[in-house]
Amino acid sequence: MKFRLNAMEAAGAVMVLSLVTVAILAPWLAPFDPTRAVANTFGDPGSPSHMFPLGTDQLGRDVLSRIIYGARISLIVGVAAMAVTMTIGVTIGLASGFFGGAIDFVLMRFTDVMLTLPALLLAMAFVAVLRPSIWSILLVIGLVSWTQIARVVRAEALTMTQRDFVTAARALGAPSSRLIARHVMPNVMPIIVVMAVLGVSGTLLLDAGLSFLTLGVPPPTPSWGRMIEEATTYFRTAPWLAIFPGLAIFYAVLGFNLLGYGFLRRRRRAGSALQ
Amino acid sequence: MFAYVIRRIVFGVAVLIGTSLITFVIAFVIPADPAVAVAGAKADPATLAAIRTELGLDQPIYFQYARYLDRALHGDLGRSYIRREDVAGLIVSRFPATAILALAAMTLSLALGIPMGMLAAAYRERAPDNILLVIALGLVSIPVFWLGTILLIAGGLYLHWFPIGGFGEWKSLTLPAITLALGSAGYYSRILQTNLADAMDQEYVRTARGKGLSLRAAMLKHAMANAMLPLVTLAGLDFAGLLSGVVLTETVFNWPGLGRLAFEAVFNLDIPLVMGTVLFSAALVVVANLVVDLLYAWLDPRIRLGRQA
Repeated sequence: MKFRLNAMEAAGAVMVLSLVTVAILAPWLAPFDPTRAVANTFGDPGSPSHMFPLGTDQLGRDVLSRIIYGARISLIVGVAAMAVTMTIGVTIGLASGFFGGAIDFVLMRFTDVMLTLPALLLAMAFVAVLRPSIWSILLVIGLVSWTQIARVVRAEALTMTQRDFVTAARALGAPSSRLIARHVMPNVMPIIVVMAVLGVSGTLLLDAGLSFLTLGVPPPTPSWGRMIEEATTYFRTAPWLAIFPGLAIFYAVLGFNLLGYGFLRRRRRAGSALQ
Repeated sequence: MFAYVIRRIVFGVAVLIGTSLITFVIAFVIPADPAVAVAGAKADPATLAAIRTELGLDQPIYFQYARYLDRALHGDLGRSYIRREDVAGLIVSRFPATAILALAAMTLSLALGIPMGMLAAAYRERAPDNILLVIALGLVSIPVFWLGTILLIAGGLYLHWFPIGGFGEWKSLTLPAITLALGSAGYYSRILQTNLADAMDQEYVRTARGKGLSLRAAMLKHAMANAMLPLVTLAGLDFAGLLSGVVLTETVFNWPGLGRLAFEAVFNLDIPLVMGTVLFSAALVVVANLVVDLLYAWLDPRIRLGRQA
């Protein structure tokens, strides 16, 4: 079978790859040091100019360089937080769907309770208690966003566990660990990949929101959400400070969304072809 | 139907108890000493001990939890450490501003999302559907606090059409409502498109079409009824989420709602206020869940009969 990307997947892949490239090559692409004052504007934001295409902020730092470096922390937090989320969600979903019974009941009621709690508020409370750092933010985003993944993985694992090939393997004496690793997991993998890609757009937005509330990765690390928060003081006189970092977040989130929904569309088409 | 109602209510109460337990544990692990928070950092040990006794902090944790639950059931959520006011009273006083915003945002997002979804389903996998899909993905990808800031800059500062934040006449409601509505509108349009497209493939719609009904009539009269159900569920839960306060949008627009209150509480580690707002929003979600479930059962006999069997 020839593997061809559909238009959405291709657009998403290009956007995500360009972002990864910018993040990796940041020291070479950025015209200035993102944490140093490079403009002589003495406490006032500077307008976009030939030297500083996106302007400078209230501390005289180059906005373009900060956005380029910001891609690093955003991607690292977005992807790593998604990994934490998936680890929790897939473990709970697989255990629930595969073992069923009392384990399923307890885990799913716990999921129900977590679903009723307001995610952002919970994340804020956790971060405030743990103090903002990259580790606390990864942990907190993971802790509040796994519920949907657990539910989907559980449903998939449940249908797989009831299939004949799993029953056959069980009859041959395969232990649960082997059943999960060799028979259930590979069949649940496609939906896990889709949810992981879509999950990054969710973690990116949550991270940006926390940064905007000053509960993100602490300065001087350049972060897009924090840049918008700092810009709100100056949005009468220097709107560009708020506009460009937001466009960067939008670009990143849209890239992962296009990629994820492109996969979803392919799955749906494949599914309907079988019926 | 009666047994079903009872079962849903019991389930809702159980979830609420679980929620309160988690909230309580979170409050317990917060490293701030409530006695110091009440008396101030300079209080002498004797005063602190007296306050601990008064607040019941010298009692075992399960006893503290039982007392908290008992008081919460009587509408007493404790006193805010920072504001020195009754938590339940604070929540009630902030609720109207949030409710108005939630109602406006929900109306707007459905008014935008439903036509978008119907149009996309009518032209499934053709150009209009693809364009609407990209628009919807664009809408869900916009960071809400940034959208708010941009609308504020464009509509408030440059065009002078709207006040730049605050709470009052309908004009001040417009920008926050748009900010909140756009993302959900995109999301709802895709949910509706998927469900509507599935419904259009069903035999009963094909029969209706075979009888000579136009695409539009078949969609409006037959497919929509089934396709709307999942959207109702989703919108119901979202509405509960909106009612419990929208921290980011309220922060951008300086809107005096529950979201700002919760943000303040978290920032000051004002434990009773954090617990109160979290518990209140969980209760809203549980109630919304219940209402949606009952509405569903009432609308669709297959659900109440299916689950009873």
